[in-house]
Amino acid sequence: MRSLLSFVCMVMLCGCQREERQLRLDPPTADALDKIALMPNRIGGAPPQVYFALNQPYELNAYNLSQGKRLYTWFGCKSCHGDGQGGIGPSFLDGWWTYGPEAVSIYASIRDGRPHGMPAFKDKMTTEQIWQLAGYVQTIGAYSAKTAAPSRNDEKQTRPAENRAPAAILFNEGPAPVHPDQGPTP
Amino acid sequence: MSPGFRLLLSVIPFALLGGCSSNWQSALQAHGGPAISLKQLIILIVAICSVVWALVMVAMIHALWRRRQAWRAPMELIPRRERRMGVIVTGCVGATAVIIAGFTVASFLTTRTISVPGKDDLTIRIRGLQWWWGVEYLGPDPARRFETANEIHIPVQRNVRLVLEGDDVIHSFWVPSLAGKQDLIPGRINEIIVRAEHPGTYRGQCAEFCGLQHAHMGIVVIADTPEDFAKWVDAQRAPAAQASDEAVAAGRDTFMGKPCAGCHTIRGTQAAGTTGPDLTHVGGRAFIAAGLLATTQGSLAAWIADPQTLKPGNNMPLVPLTPDELRAVSAYLASLK
Repeated sequence: MRSLLSFVCMVMLCGCQREERQLRLDPPTADALDKIALMPNRIGGAPPQVYFALNQPYELNAYNLSQGKRLYTWFGCKSCHGDGQGGIGPSFLDGWWTYGPEAVSIYASIRDGRPHGMPAFKDKMTTEQIWQLAGYVQTIGAYSAKTAAPSRNDEKQTRPAENRAPAAILFNEGPAPVHPDQGPTP
Repeated sequence: MSPGFRLLLSVIPFALLGGCSSNWQSALQAHGGPAISLKQLIILIVAICSVVWALVMVAMIHALWRRRQAWRAPMELIPRRERRMGVIVTGCVGATAVIIAGFTVASFLTTRTISVPGKDDLTIRIRGLQWWWGVEYLGPDPARRFETANEIHIPVQRNVRLVLEGDDVIHSFWVPSLAGKQDLIPGRINEIIVRAEHPGTYRGQCAEFCGLQHAHMGIVVIADTPEDFAKWVDAQRAPAAQASDEAVAAGRDTFMGKPCAGCHTIRGTQAAGTTGPDLTHVGGRAFIAAGLLATTQGSLAAWIADPQTLKPGNNMPLVPLTPDELRAVSAYLASLK
């Protein structure tokens, strides 16, 4: 009986799987990932098919989220957005997305910039890096918890950990939409 | 298995060990004060332990050889024999305590002598990052400070104080020919003194597992004569060389227009990123990517074209470039001597 039990445990161990880390993005895939379809007002839209074929790697893969977290510091996002609570730039933590909560909108904001001060990063970062950063930024103000989380903070905590306090809790009523084209509040 | 074959099999591991010998990264090839002290300590401890081991073996073989006559009553106590055994055991325990205490004192004295900072030591700040080394030469005059990466030059016969900092995970600075090991811990500042007695090139390696490319996190320490060192410092402090011809100028423009400049600094240009290594004089360094490849235009091009195949997991992204751009950028970087 005991040996059967230990055998079952061993068999179950075989089910453990390490999350795949895609370290090298093929250049053609990167090119395809850059071809997002935005709505005419540049808010909302659809990522390319390849994004779904890869199983939304920048939203559901912890390695990409962790890399995004590092890029957030390395590319100076903190100087305007703080640790997510905002500053010169808007907050992400409050769950209110001026240009919509989809990863593709965040991708467009980082790549092309937005009015009133958000610079374009398309000459400073690669497609893969922009996607990683967009996925991470979305996690800061996510509406629902994900199974993937970026690495922990080494510094002092200035806000709830990403993924621990989905913004929906902070965002019951919803403010009036700031952008007339945005549609229903998320 | 024939005895000859078995002998051959047992020889192979030793023959393979011979391949490990290299003169530029070995604690047994000590070329600097701290490393020499450590080597003497290693030899002292190994020698004494070997003698102790040999004595124990001799005593054991002797005991096996001279078996006691079978006792009539094994539990019988013979007072004379018991006393003698008591004296021997006490003596051995006492000797062990004395030897270990002696090792402790020797180790304490050695570590004390190798870590005394002087007042006018040259000070270099080393940052350990995944997976490269940031190097900043400090000094009393802020205008004379400069940055480089993955390679440090030191003057011979002078103590050099290294201030060690970490930014992501724990790394460990280890140039075995010049000094011991010291960890680089995020949020903390450690120090180590290195010293080289003779001019030469010494290799170091991260000695604390730090992730995927831990094995490819090398550092080169080049010990120069004081004159050569002064010359090198002046060359390093200067901004990057101007583009000498059209191809190089095209490479510079590509570098500035592409994401390269978002992470790397080239002093004297608008490239001022701090995420990646300082490339102001990258062409003059012996290796690129923390000891991965020797610096040539070809290896620079290979590295830029596909960094994730050469060093999977590192933070250099694959920046799409046309073949012409790649050739120009690698020519530009190779020209930054």
